[in-house]
Amino acid sequence: MKARIFLSCLILGLTQASHHAADWLQFRGPGGSSVSQDSAIPTILSESLIAWKKPLPGRGISSPLAIGDRLYLTASSGPDQDRLHIFCLRASDGSTIWERQFWATGRTMTHAKICVATCTPCSDGKFLYAAFSSNDVVCLDLNGTLVWMRGLTRDYPNASNSLGMASSPVVVENTLVLSVENDSESFAIGLDTAQGLNRWKIQRPKVSNWTSPVVLQRQPGEASLIALMSGSGISFVEASSGVEKAHFDGGGSTVSSVTLANGMLYVPTKGTTALKLPAEASEKAPEVLWQNGQMINSTVSPVVVRDRVYTLNNAGILKCSSAKDGEKIWQLRTTGPYSATPVAAGEFLYLINEKGLLQVVDTKTPEGAITSTLDLQDTFIGTPSLADQALYLRSDKFLYRISEK
Amino acid sequence: MQTRPLTLASLLLLSSVAFSEESPIQILLSVGAEGLNNDRATAAVAALSKAPVAELSNLFAALNQATDLSANYLRAAIDSIVERAIASKVPLPNSELRAFLVDTQNHPKARRLAYEILQKVASKETAELLPTFVNDPSSELRYDAVAQLIQSAEKQKLAGDKPAALAAFKNALNVARQDGQIAKIAWEIRDLGEEVDLPKHFGFLTHWKVIGPFHNDALAGFETAFPPETEWKPDAEYEGKTGRVKWQDLATGEEYGKVDLNPVLGELKEVTGYAHNDFNSPIEGPAEIRLGCKNGWKIWFNGKLLFGRDEYHRGARIDQYRLPVTLQKGANKLLVKVCQNADVKDWTREWEFQLRICDASGTAILAVNRPPTPKAEPKTAPAKSQKKDRKP
Repeated sequence: MKARIFLSCLILGLTQASHHAADWLQFRGPGGSSVSQDSAIPTILSESLIAWKKPLPGRGISSPLAIGDRLYLTASSGPDQDRLHIFCLRASDGSTIWERQFWATGRTMTHAKICVATCTPCSDGKFLYAAFSSNDVVCLDLNGTLVWMRGLTRDYPNASNSLGMASSPVVVENTLVLSVENDSESFAIGLDTAQGLNRWKIQRPKVSNWTSPVVLQRQPGEASLIALMSGSGISFVEASSGVEKAHFDGGGSTVSSVTLANGMLYVPTKGTTALKLPAEASEKAPEVLWQNGQMINSTVSPVVVRDRVYTLNNAGILKCSSAKDGEKIWQLRTTGPYSATPVAAGEFLYLINEKGLLQVVDTKTPEGAITSTLDLQDTFIGTPSLADQALYLRSDKFLYRISEK
Repeated sequence: MQTRPLTLASLLLLSSVAFSEESPIQILLSVGAEGLNNDRATAAVAALSKAPVAELSNLFAALNQATDLSANYLRAAIDSIVERAIASKVPLPNSELRAFLVDTQNHPKARRLAYEILQKVASKETAELLPTFVNDPSSELRYDAVAQLIQSAEKQKLAGDKPAALAAFKNALNVARQDGQIAKIAWEIRDLGEEVDLPKHFGFLTHWKVIGPFHNDALAGFETAFPPETEWKPDAEYEGKTGRVKWQDLATGEEYGKVDLNPVLGELKEVTGYAHNDFNSPIEGPAEIRLGCKNGWKIWFNGKLLFGRDEYHRGARIDQYRLPVTLQKGANKLLVKVCQNADVKDWTREWEFQLRICDASGTAILAVNRPPTPKAEPKTAPAKSQKKDRKP
């Protein structure tokens, strides 16, 4: 039974639905892939392409969402970082359309490198779901009207991490899934999107975990699964019930997230491990297709573009490998250090390092090549977003739009 | 941007009597744990978000009754109303907001919200109020007012008027409650040649009775009730992890009141220690115990378990945990349990905590018999038998 569910997942890389192809609705974009189908993203960078640079009302690592001509972003501010900001900007000029503030109900202590606004919000195209390190979860409509709010540390008082929570939520089948994994009261939870009530809540390993859940979408009419990764492996749970349907116990990361493409899962463990989702009913767990210990992911997550998988390590080495068998194709030294996962459009990868150096990598060349750079001289920890023929980069103080127009 | 007309449903909802059981505001005040009353709150907040500015006074009044969760529902409606009013140039009730702001009996966060709204529509008049907030219950209003004092003192220092600068910094310290500002002011005062008793300023408890080590093998000590949890006998001896243990004095002069168990109980792993304090309170009433700790911990106050947390080595800071209590005038008993795990990395050596007692604004509540702050950290050598148990 468990394996039958995975049969449908073989097509997941092709069937991830978004309301508009160009929208960027969650952390790492469509399906958590980091890949945009938008081929009009600039590939030759210059300062003149900074369409606007918007000062933000607080700190943040979260990525902006793009829905139509609007951007949605979070921030945190105040001497104790206990002010939670959610705001909407006009994509064309960065002007603020609306802004809401909330008071954190949970603990706001984090490591200095991150902050309370680290989790990227998500959207089903109708509502916005914002989560914060304080474990406050806010649902707004796209015009900024509050629908509901939950304080998960308020409800479950030992659910917190003194280094900060960073997992970004996902929404599927009217269920908002949050991974609230930490050393103490550790769980994953599915909230009904209409009212924010618990649909399910399951215990998770008592270990700090900053990875984000990934939706394994299935054929129409079939329930989706969620991949929840911890250090020991991956639990595949039904999105609507939280019931575990399969398990991979071959290890996992607690920082980088899994990436789904080509009917396979690329797992940042033991270098990189590719799982082929089981197709037969007798199979209890995903089959390990290949492992490559040299494909180290460090902080960022793997990026898969068609038949190639890209990994980026702490030293700034970008590896291009075959998505089919993990064989190395080329590697390229880039300038790190990185916290942000690269994003991809067309044949190009966009890498932003922590010091603000944006690098464009042309993957068509035989050995890969950095073909353009732009030094923004700012601190970037969060992953970029791609939409509306633009690259959106969020520093600790500003949101940048890089585009031809 | 035009003001959106109220829908019929909104009008019907708003027309219910304020603070009656079914009024939109009362519905928002009723939200609670695990989404309690979220279903009704969604409609109520939508209706209130479209209300006219006249509803602001009711919403602000309700903030005084709100929980931390329901306050956010009320605030969402307030933000929507204000944003729409400003965009459509509808006047806000400035005099009412100002009256709410200056009344320190109102909720501190609600007053800060009123202040920020007034800043948008009457910035000059609002800025003139800022110096009056130097001793305010609102930590953020006070923070901004203290920032002005610090700036003023810095100017005097730059101008070379050291006596005036010193006096100004000392004045700022008297009212500062935020850690970063206090650290900055203390540095300046010392730079000008005077000492600062930071543990006393914060209200850290500096003199403790400690006992241990008991075990915390496989982290089981966290849930094990060792004898200090069940009785307070200052002369008692118990069987510990490495032999007989008894209560010892520990005094700390560390700037942020860190009570380091390693030098006294032995730098061990997988151990549990306890610290006891008789706090002789000058007042009866609400207070906060504020703890910083990167080990597993539990706290009992007057025999009642307040909270416990089994997180290890993810960081500690001042006021990491805020635990509301009601002080008895006179004797109050505090017991802190501190558990160390098995990890042997350099950054997991700490076996310590810091604890202060203050009011909600962070103002120290000092014991009537508070001893002078020690000048230096105690240098008690661990017993040899305890040293042997340390892991490589």
